[in-house]
Amino acid sequence: MANYMELLAFGDSGWGDELAHGVLVTVTLALATLPLGLLIGFLIAVAKNSSEPLLRNAAHVYTTIFRGLPELLTLFLIYYGGQMAMSALWRLLFGHPFEVNSYLAGMIALALMFSSYASEVFLSAFKGITVGQYEGAYALGLSRFRTMLLIILPQLVRLALPGLSNLWLILLKDTSLVSVIGLTDLLRNTNIAVGVTKQAFFFFFVACSLYLVMSIISSVGLRRVSAWAERGQGRH
Amino acid sequence: MTYIDAPSTERPPAAKRRTWTSARITGLLLMMLWAALGLSIVYMLVSGYDPEKVTKYGPRILSGIWVTVKLVAMSIVLGALISIPVVIGRLSHNPIIGGIAFGYSYFFRGTPLLAQTFLVYYGAGQFTDVLKAAGLWVFFRDAYFCAIFTFSLNTAAYQAEILAGAIRAVPSGQWQAADALGLRPFTTMFKVILPQALITALRPYGNEVILMIKGSAIASIITVLDLMGQTRYAFSKSYDLQIYIWAAVIYLITVEVLRRLWEMMERRLTRHLRR
Repeated sequence: MANYMELLAFGDSGWGDELAHGVLVTVTLALATLPLGLLIGFLIAVAKNSSEPLLRNAAHVYTTIFRGLPELLTLFLIYYGGQMAMSALWRLLFGHPFEVNSYLAGMIALALMFSSYASEVFLSAFKGITVGQYEGAYALGLSRFRTMLLIILPQLVRLALPGLSNLWLILLKDTSLVSVIGLTDLLRNTNIAVGVTKQAFFFFFVACSLYLVMSIISSVGLRRVSAWAERGQGRH
Repeated sequence: MTYIDAPSTERPPAAKRRTWTSARITGLLLMMLWAALGLSIVYMLVSGYDPEKVTKYGPRILSGIWVTVKLVAMSIVLGALISIPVVIGRLSHNPIIGGIAFGYSYFFRGTPLLAQTFLVYYGAGQFTDVLKAAGLWVFFRDAYFCAIFTFSLNTAAYQAEILAGAIRAVPSGQWQAADALGLRPFTTMFKVILPQALITALRPYGNEVILMIKGSAIASIITVLDLMGQTRYAFSKSYDLQIYIWAAVIYLITVEVLRRLWEMMERRLTRHLRR
């Protein structure tokens, strides 16, 4: 037991600080992806909700592609494909190759997956808002943009929150995939610790527990956000 | 003063159509972008067609597809079997049994599949002596079996939640009515509750199969040569991005076909519920 505590100690001898740093990378990656994914997802949902068939179809193609591809494959496509495309471009422009940042590649790949699922969540939330809300806003002379921003979006948040909460938990878990392209997230640092100490079961169990703790903390936080979003509904 | 003595044959004026709204222009541009992307991928695949590479890696990719199919099918079936006791636990009123089932499902749904796979595959290496003594080392030594083991446990947790949720969603009046008819609990479950619950569970089950197909790509990281594994192997040898695109096309078609088939099946099975 003391042996295990030593392995998790902070400092040069233990792996506590490496794992803590990994947790930090995992959380910041998920947090950095979230706004990007939400924004793209919302825009895709607006496009899917449009009366214009061309726009709707373009949005559906997006969802079909990024919901159908395995997460790992999307990540590799963005990482290696981006690497090749950017290198070709950079060699053309500046005469030297370009190194794709694995953090950025991970963020883009995660945002693509998150947004395609989020767009479906937003779309079904849109269906929960009655036409009268739009009509009322237009009758008050609000522009389409302001109607969306001031009338529809605040109601949409409440309706979409349960679905988005699930997606956040999935996003948190999916960040583990970036360890494969060399980003030093929690799982990657755990792998390094295993490589040195040969205590595979112990360290991966610790990593799993840390992921569990992260999702428990998220669930508690999300319950608060949900209580805040429901505050006008008269039930608690 | 004018009188209208005959019903007007005039039609209401056609709604004014704005032919070039900003939505249509955006839609057209985006569609053109998709078309350009699609065409360039097709061009890349056609112009980059290399018979040598096809003979070299084609059979590997095909065997990879077969491994993926086996992996997913076995995990889903084994997961369904494992999920039965978990569902019983989840629905049980006994706090200890319920707690164990909840803990199981929370652990497997709250941690990344990749971390679970590492835990089993590399973690087993730590207990080599124990596993050898128990005769299980042959099983845990093999990455393929480890992947099936992990995926089954993982999907069992999800399937258990789906089924437990669907059973809970059956109105309690159904239980009471079956009780009033004098049906035994066993008969009630299999003849009254499950047929209704499975229809609710149909769509989430379909999603779970699709998630499993996508998730099975993770097996490639622990050296299983499934579709993704063979693709990664071929890429590491040839450094040709086309191989990834081929894999993407295969996965996309599989998932999309399965999704459509599932939708058809659902429409067929729920036709008595439609009004």
